[in-house]
Amino acid sequence: PLSERANLAGVRHIVLVLSGKGGVGKSTLSTELALALRNAGKRVGILDVDLCGPSIPRMLRVQDSSVHQCDRGWVPVFVGHDTAIALMSIGFLLERPDDAVVWRGPKKNALIKQFVSDVAWGDLDFLIVDTPPGTSDEHISTVEALRPHQLLGAILVTTPQ
Amino acid sequence: AEVAELRARLRAVRHTVLVLSGKGGVGKSTFSSLLAHGLAADETKQVALLDIDICGPSIPKMMGLEGEQVHQSGSGWSPVYVEENLGVMSVGFLLSSPDDAVIWRGPKKNGLIKQFLRDVDWGEVDYLIVDTPPGTSDEHLSIVQYLSATHIDGAVIVTTPQEVSLQDVRKEINFCRKVKLPIIGVVENMSGFVCPKCKNESQIFPPTTGGAEKMCQNMNVSLLGKVPLDPEIGKSCDRGQSFLAEAPESPATLSYRNIIQRIQEYCEQHHLQEEKIM
Repeated sequence: PLSERANLAGVRHIVLVLSGKGGVGKSTLSTELALALRNAGKRVGILDVDLCGPSIPRMLRVQDSSVHQCDRGWVPVFVGHDTAIALMSIGFLLERPDDAVVWRGPKKNALIKQFVSDVAWGDLDFLIVDTPPGTSDEHISTVEALRPHQLLGAILVTTPQ
Repeated sequence: AEVAELRARLRAVRHTVLVLSGKGGVGKSTFSSLLAHGLAADETKQVALLDIDICGPSIPKMMGLEGEQVHQSGSGWSPVYVEENLGVMSVGFLLSSPDDAVIWRGPKKNGLIKQFLRDVDWGEVDYLIVDTPPGTSDEHLSIVQYLSATHIDGAVIVTTPQEVSLQDVRKEINFCRKVKLPIIGVVENMSGFVCPKCKNESQIFPPTTGGAEKMCQNMNVSLLGKVPLDPEIGKSCDRGQSFLAEAPESPATLSYRNIIQRIQEYCEQHHLQEEKIM
């Protein structure tokens, strides 16, 4: 659909941050990468598809923010003032920060599709997609939804052991 | 009928402990394997370790069982035995190669978890320990649902001291409450590091918001203990050896043993209360 392409049409490069393993620093790296790219003058967005354990909002100190709707979908949360980082995470949709998102795969897949097609990112040089550990619903759905777009590739994070 | 089938299979399991965390990489599998070893040190106890992390099964490597395969018999799948009284099951044993990715959506994962409970011939088990992947999703909902056929003594929730972990762990505590899963308590891993050379203590993961201790107070759950970082733990895991046996003098070993004892006491007490009610 036209709207689906439209929301990502202004995004030049999409980078996935993956690992099989949890706790190795995916979200940390995603955040630092976004900040470094922004400091280098790039327009950056982060899509946090870790629905059970969304870490990005706190890492960018916007955990108390909420998202708004516009006619093209959700408006991401903007972090910073002049050159802002655009962020979307399920963290912004929770009523309370400690609420568990206890969803089975199909419901997770539906939200991820929405995150990919219904966020009004605008023009970005880089969209960084932070993922949860594993190789399951979130990963399959994210790659499927992003495939028609400018998917640059994946960065894999690990620790030494 | 399904529930009846599971109930029959799990009838001979006395105690079941789930090891959970909202957060990945905090030491669930490490703890599960050491809990299993610790409990199995009593040769009169039969211990079963079930790994339901389908995408990232760590238990085979940690238990020194990489490359083992599952055998079928008339009475079902046979667990892989580390000791005579310590049996293990994991998707890791079903892969043709250890690097094969299991790229499954929820329903397929649920199906395998059900098979693990229905088709594995655990026999008489004093302690069934279930290691889980991070999160609050299919695997967690399914295991709680399927194990309602028997009873679960409770969940041990693992965390590390920093707020980024705690914020996921609070969700896990709320998950347990939502599905009425009793919480035995919380274990704080990677809690400080004592340098083997200068003996100075550092906080590698500083508890900027009070660590597990504060969280447990706020959420009214038990803190079972804190385990310091010890590079020997990771090494033992990589080598498939029991850290408790390899480094009996380590402060981490002492912490683990205390925590294991508290879990044992909880289970025994729980059992006595159940018997009283019955």
